[in-house]
Amino acid sequence: MKPAPFDYFAPTSVDEVRDLLAQYGDDAKILAGGQSLVPVMALRLAQPSVVIDINHVRELDYIRADAHGLAIGAITRHCAVERSTLVREKAPLLSAGVEWIGHPQIRNRATVGGSLAHADPAAELPALAAALEATFTVTHASGTKRTLKADDFFVSYLTTALAADDLLSDIYFPALPTGAGWSFVEVARRHGDFALVGVAAIVGLDGAGNCSDVRVALFGVAPTAVRSPRAEQALLGQQPDEQAIAAAAAEVAGDIEPPADVHASSAYRIYVATNLVRRALTEAAQRAQ
Amino acid sequence: MASKKQMIELTVNGVHREGLAEPRRTLADFLRDDLGLTGTHLGCEHGVCGACTVLVNGEAVRSCLMFAVQANEQEVTTIEGLATGGKLHPVQEAFWECHGMQCGFCTPGFVMSVYAFLKENPDPREEEIRPALSGNLCRCTGYQNIVNAVRLASEKMQAAASEPVPVTEQAV
Repeated sequence: MKPAPFDYFAPTSVDEVRDLLAQYGDDAKILAGGQSLVPVMALRLAQPSVVIDINHVRELDYIRADAHGLAIGAITRHCAVERSTLVREKAPLLSAGVEWIGHPQIRNRATVGGSLAHADPAAELPALAAALEATFTVTHASGTKRTLKADDFFVSYLTTALAADDLLSDIYFPALPTGAGWSFVEVARRHGDFALVGVAAIVGLDGAGNCSDVRVALFGVAPTAVRSPRAEQALLGQQPDEQAIAAAAAEVAGDIEPPADVHASSAYRIYVATNLVRRALTEAAQRAQ
Repeated sequence: MASKKQMIELTVNGVHREGLAEPRRTLADFLRDDLGLTGTHLGCEHGVCGACTVLVNGEAVRSCLMFAVQANEQEVTTIEGLATGGKLHPVQEAFWECHGMQCGFCTPGFVMSVYAFLKENPDPREEEIRPALSGNLCRCTGYQNIVNAVRLASEKMQAAASEPVPVTEQAV
């Protein structure tokens, strides 16, 4: 047995989870899909003395649409998002991005809330949340709820604004403006690996065909998923032609200082990021109406 | 301490099974060491290689990334559950005929992944087959024949599905 011993609880409601968090807080880890936590426990990088398994909290398993977007419960599995016609219709960028997460066996277990709470900087969902300007509903052990924007939720490498006695309960993805185009591109050594660099982009056009909404979110290039304000500003108000898009993509280098590791140097990541942003903006502009 | 052993009851390959295990015991270890089903193989034990792939409620998952307690009251299918009455499942036959293996260590995981994949997508295109296999590693790198095996398995399963049911087996 590889993980260290722990006490196991399998609550069936958010109220029970709150009680357990109030009681164990710092000593406890919430187990959702387990696709990141269990490896970390197997390697004993984490040795929580209490594991709170929220897989039976069915009230957190939903995909609901309202007039303005999609609400997704924290325990909703990636495979459910991938198969959802509602998501494909309301948030096609999310559908496209989720297909890049891990492998089928991973997506059958991994959850939306788990991936976001884990906050791996090379993971797809945090960047999708940043591009779509998602809001995160956090339920505290005391029962109070607060909502955070992606910017405030992601703090650093594997670190979020969640306290030990917080539960990420719901994620709201606002729908894209009517007619906005989108694109999701990624470079990884093998499909399903964590990204070397990835980009989620959104382009909206005004009546004259100028860019009225430009969003560029990158992952794999910083301690969290990041937006590139320079690239976005450069394209805003412009016709999205080849030249303007290339100029905007070149601006990305000013916004990121990617890490160097065994997979790629910092300079190579910037090179890949610039190219991916160009491709993503081109595709998003083509899809925009 | 709740880390003491807990009773786990589940259905494995259609048979009710139970055993005592600590919460930290993975489903893979539980299947192999407590239930004696050693067909499920363990490679990396942290969710990378896919050798331990089994079906939980019909969906392919990595059994090293689930705790056995999480499989309580669930339905698990392992490689031992595919053959019926001494006859290999078409996916197993196809791996055999195409030699979709070299050392064979990764094969149970591949077979379970392919079985789950073809149930959902009975007639896949080549560009769908490769991503479907991406969660399983073959350290011998025998991938070409594995892809061939998936294609053959798909043909076999479709042929079997379109065969008329013998009169004696039809529900009266």
